[in-house]
Amino acid sequence: MTSPGHSCNIETKGLTKKFGGFTAVDGVDFCVNEGEIFGLLGPNGAGKSTIIRMLTTLSRPTSGTATVAGHDIVRDPHKVREMVGIVSEKMIMYDRLTPRENLRLFGRLYNVPRRALDDRIEELLTIVNMTKWADTQIGKFSTGMRQRINVVRSLVSKPRVVFMDEPTLGLDPQSTTEIRKLIQRLNRSDGLTIVLTTHIMNEADVLCGRIGLIDKGRIAAIGSPSELKGRITEKGRTIVDLDLFDPPPDAADRLSRAESVLSAAQTENRVKVMVSRENAFEEVLSAVRENGLRLRNASVSSPSLEDVFLHFTGRSMVDEVKDKVPMKGGHGPWRRSGSGRVR
Amino acid sequence: MKIAHLLKHSIWIAQKDLLEFSRNRMLLVMLIIFPLFMMVLTGYIFPTGSTLKDMPIALVNQDINDGVYGNESVALIVDLEEMGQRSGYFDFRTTGSESEARDLITKGRMSGAVIIGHNFTKDIGSGKQGPVTVLYDQSKPQISLQVMAALDSAISRTGTLKAASTVNRTIGLDKNASSALVTPFKVSNKGTVPGNPSYFQFLAPGIMMLLVMFSVMQGLPRAISHEKETGTFDGILAAPTSRFSIIMGKTLAQSVRGMTQGGIVLLLAIVLFGVTVNGPLWLVIGLLLLGIFSFIGVGITITSIASDEETAQMFMMLLQFPMMFLSGVFFPVEQMPWYMQYASKALPLTYAIQAMRKVIVLGAGVQDILTEVVILFGFGTVLLFVAIPLFKRAMSK
Ligand SMILES: Nc1ncnc2c1ncn2[C@@H]1O[C@H](COP(=O)(O)OP(=O)(O)OP(=O)(O)O)[C@@H](O)[C@H]1O
Ligand SMILES: [Mg+2]
Repeated sequence: MTSPGHSCNIETKGLTKKFGGFTAVDGVDFCVNEGEIFGLLGPNGAGKSTIIRMLTTLSRPTSGTATVAGHDIVRDPHKVREMVGIVSEKMIMYDRLTPRENLRLFGRLYNVPRRALDDRIEELLTIVNMTKWADTQIGKFSTGMRQRINVVRSLVSKPRVVFMDEPTLGLDPQSTTEIRKLIQRLNRSDGLTIVLTTHIMNEADVLCGRIGLIDKGRIAAIGSPSELKGRITEKGRTIVDLDLFDPPPDAADRLSRAESVLSAAQTENRVKVMVSRENAFEEVLSAVRENGLRLRNASVSSPSLEDVFLHFTGRSMVDEVKDKVPMKGGHGPWRRSGSGRVR
Repeated sequence: MKIAHLLKHSIWIAQKDLLEFSRNRMLLVMLIIFPLFMMVLTGYIFPTGSTLKDMPIALVNQDINDGVYGNESVALIVDLEEMGQRSGYFDFRTTGSESEARDLITKGRMSGAVIIGHNFTKDIGSGKQGPVTVLYDQSKPQISLQVMAALDSAISRTGTLKAASTVNRTIGLDKNASSALVTPFKVSNKGTVPGNPSYFQFLAPGIMMLLVMFSVMQGLPRAISHEKETGTFDGILAAPTSRFSIIMGKTLAQSVRGMTQGGIVLLLAIVLFGVTVNGPLWLVIGLLLLGIFSFIGVGITITSIASDEETAQMFMMLLQFPMMFLSGVFFPVEQMPWYMQYASKALPLTYAIQAMRKVIVLGAGVQDILTEVVILFGFGTVLLFVAIPLFKRAMSK
């Protein structure tokens, strides 16, 4: 996926990880440019965390390798560690220590000189508005406060690259927004290269310059959100959203019989119809009338990353993550159930 | 430079661990409660040699002729009762018959019985030995053993006195000469250090060593598996820190914790239980450090083999249980059957406790415990050579 004549800050080459006979990551190739926010988007178990663990040298690839900031993760893990920061799925911090003590410990482990470290800690705590809490034990903090500390902890050594594994996991909508803003700010003002994973399409959409769609350990597609959506709407394909009064359960089936309708999917009283031509709106409306359906509202909608995922993997990501994502309030305070996994 | 980094990182990691530890009130309290609990419990439940106190013993006198007790048996009973009172060991109760005495023992109301035979006075008068039977409670073998020994010696002491007075009377030797004739040897028991050590004096060195060595053995796997489980270990592993610094820092922290624990046990033993340290204090500290050193390898090995806290816990149970009982913390190794003594000799804890006991109880110097020191050092070194590669392998998975 490397564009010629252009060097990648992070480049994976056939990156593969097997656990016993199970292949969690299967020959993944991608390139992340300097100063970019790159998102790995995929459902649970897609292999996102495993990729992050390999790139941060926490796990050795079974085969293939990658270079991060110019260093090979297999041959030169120590050098890689010096260059990168990590925000892991589980928060990296000691509850009985204060934010300052936590940051100081990690700053020291990254060999940041004493004076510079004190300044850096002050600066980071200011960024996340936590100076007031600098000397309170973390155990007393809310999840949102903890995550702010968790994110700036990864920055204490001034890394050029930061890997973030589901940085908004388990946060309420407000904290989620805060962390997203922080990520954008770090990227824009410091030119930080960020690789983040998420299973929230909207998050990938708003945060990432480019996205790698990942499913069952493989990259299904790579590109900016608009590029990816464009690949669906190329050749004039259009999505029409219908809002119906009391539709029969087979409304989608009936509509899909119309000539230029490629597919139709129904959720309650809404039917999403994909048509093959841009000017097929009229045709959809007459199909609605012919089938005796009563229309409340209709609009041409642009494709979402959901549609993109469905298109490239043949699977709906929403189905996969439905249980994890409450309908309201961002992706709410649910706690992950599968975290007891042995690593 | 490299080494300096290595050491600095270890110290920071250790410092972090100790800071966390010092903020955990519960753990700090346990540091005191646990040894106290252990000493009080073991100090009072295990036999200390003088468990004989007011043991109820049935006295049956069958030496009756025409409704009158024989004078020899009456004299013996008077002597026994007096001895029982003086020593406080026995509380003799006159009982009607042998069958009644047996019944009382079966019911657990008596710990034993002394039965003076039918023709006691007559036999003695006619130059024969007077028959005395001692019944004991077979359901309490340990106690019975002591009861029998004490009764035996009480009866024979009375017999000796009687013999001496007979000699005095019949041959006309003076008192001293007649006792010398009857008991030609004079035995006096003395320890090699002054004073009469209590059971705590025996117990304290063992408990101190046990707790200190276990604290590294448990603390290391627990500290690391806990960090793995909470995810903080990833933070350390992802930092440019050598694996060596990690294990060294953790070990350092656990050693400090172990030494604190040891110091507390010693203090408690001295202040609360009247234990005295007869050897040099620096040697006590040195032995604690050596004990810790000898167990670091065990701790690291468990850490490397067990991937999670539960497995680690299981391994530790498996090792600790036999060690607690086989290494002679609560009773001397020599009291065990020979095959168990061999098992005991295979445990480093045995030597550590043996050495510590020599220093604290007997006031030994280094030259007296050289064997133990060499064994402990050797054990620790060999295990480190096994453990470090294991740890490295476990970390690079
Ligand atoms: N140490 C391990 N041993 C065995 N299987 C593992 C291990 N780590 C991960 N896996 C498996 O590899 C697959 C990918 O896991 P991974 O954690 O990378 O997924 P993910 O995309 O991060 O999912 P999630 O959204 O749940 O975080 C899963 O099926 C998981 O069960
Ligand atoms: Mg994950």
